[in-house]
Amino acid sequence: MNSAATGTRAAIGWTREDIARRLAQDIPNGSYVNLGIGIPELVAKCVPEGRTLVYHTENGLLGMGPSPAAGQGDPELINAGKRQVTMMPGAAFFDQATSFAMIRGGHLDLSVLGALQVAANGDLANWSTGADDAIPAVGGAMDLVAGVKNVYVMTTHTTKDGEPKLVTQCTYPLTGRGVVNRIYSDLAVIDITARGFELVELAPGVSFEFVQERTGAPILRSESRPSGH
Amino acid sequence: MIDKRVASPAEAVTDIFDGATVMIGGFGEAGSPIELIHALIDQGAKGLTVVSNNTGTGLVGLAALLRAERVAKVICSFPKTAGSTVFPDLYRAGKVQLELVPQGTLAERIRAGGAGVAAFYTPTGVGTPLAEGKEVRVFNGREHVLEHGLRADFTLIKGRVADTHGNVMFHRTARNFAPMMATAAEVTIVQAAAVVDAGTLDAEAIVTQGIFVDRVVHVGQPQLESALNEAGASYP
Repeated sequence: MNSAATGTRAAIGWTREDIARRLAQDIPNGSYVNLGIGIPELVAKCVPEGRTLVYHTENGLLGMGPSPAAGQGDPELINAGKRQVTMMPGAAFFDQATSFAMIRGGHLDLSVLGALQVAANGDLANWSTGADDAIPAVGGAMDLVAGVKNVYVMTTHTTKDGEPKLVTQCTYPLTGRGVVNRIYSDLAVIDITARGFELVELAPGVSFEFVQERTGAPILRSESRPSGH
Repeated sequence: MIDKRVASPAEAVTDIFDGATVMIGGFGEAGSPIELIHALIDQGAKGLTVVSNNTGTGLVGLAALLRAERVAKVICSFPKTAGSTVFPDLYRAGKVQLELVPQGTLAERIRAGGAGVAAFYTPTGVGTPLAEGKEVRVFNGREHVLEHGLRADFTLIKGRVADTHGNVMFHRTARNFAPMMATAAEVTIVQAAAVVDAGTLDAEAIVTQGIFVDRVVHVGQPQLESALNEAGASYP
């Protein structure tokens, strides 16, 4: 049982809250950010004191705030997951073409998404397992990975069955080719570089060998990597 | 004098014909023109192609239109919202076709259709199953896929307030696809919670301009999918 699947503190690696906290450290003040539905949404709760991020939700709101208090919500003030949200001071509404101009025109600084698989060349699969009986649904994922300047993936390092999610080549249908910049898993932070997976940081108590054994492609360790990344 | 008001949702949708392409605004329940959709169910047109981001939840609104088997094809980005059972069942039974489109490409295809742009190139979807069979061309060293503009025979949308000329303002995230869809149909029909005389709205704040709107129908207390579903409602 891995920690990110349960949200409980496991013996090894980061919990999903830990992953969110670690990722949030890397987002500069003033960034315009789109958080994918589900686990990536946790990032908003983990932003360091003193930093203000502006959250974009692709259904048409910039300056999204947290969930409303019970009974205070508006069924027509929702996020991309169709949950009720609030708006922050400075928020603005817009239509879908404008919303996706923000995404596809490269105006957003960061997109954080979940993954089924990430390949060492940055390919991402996160919308379909390709199963015959599945109802295909993509939403804005392909637009986000194609258009946003930085794409971070937040994921468990392996599937529930222990299969690597970081692979040489995705076997599931792609969301985009060569689009992921960095992966934050329960075991490590890993960059996608021209040379493939490259270790940025190990979760506390996790050895490089432990991570490599659970990864479907080689991970490079750069001895000369600049610190404070 | 211009007055685009019609008396009822039923009158507003009376000429929607079998086989028509109908764009329906909304992202989830936000902006879904439930009363117009229900009027379309009553009206009986079938074999429709529906362009809408989702496929509805429960047994009301868009889901009810599908359940009544009036829809031959859906063009959308996300047909499996939580609480959505009608579309998945029909799709698995082979009773409805699906054209899946990335959400931003869907918005841009509708925008292009409404703006007289036949087609455009975008990097979204390159290398994925959704680009299969489509022309790919390299611009600035990057592959782009050719996507075609979308037009419709009718558009059904929901506004917060409209005027007699068909100018419309929306409510929060209910705006979503409505402004593009209004431009892309031969006949655009707006249901609005308030309808006022021309000259009343702030001309600086109008979102959809009257030139794109053909009919305005006043629906003072629009229903919401979530409330209907909580009440266990189904339509008809």
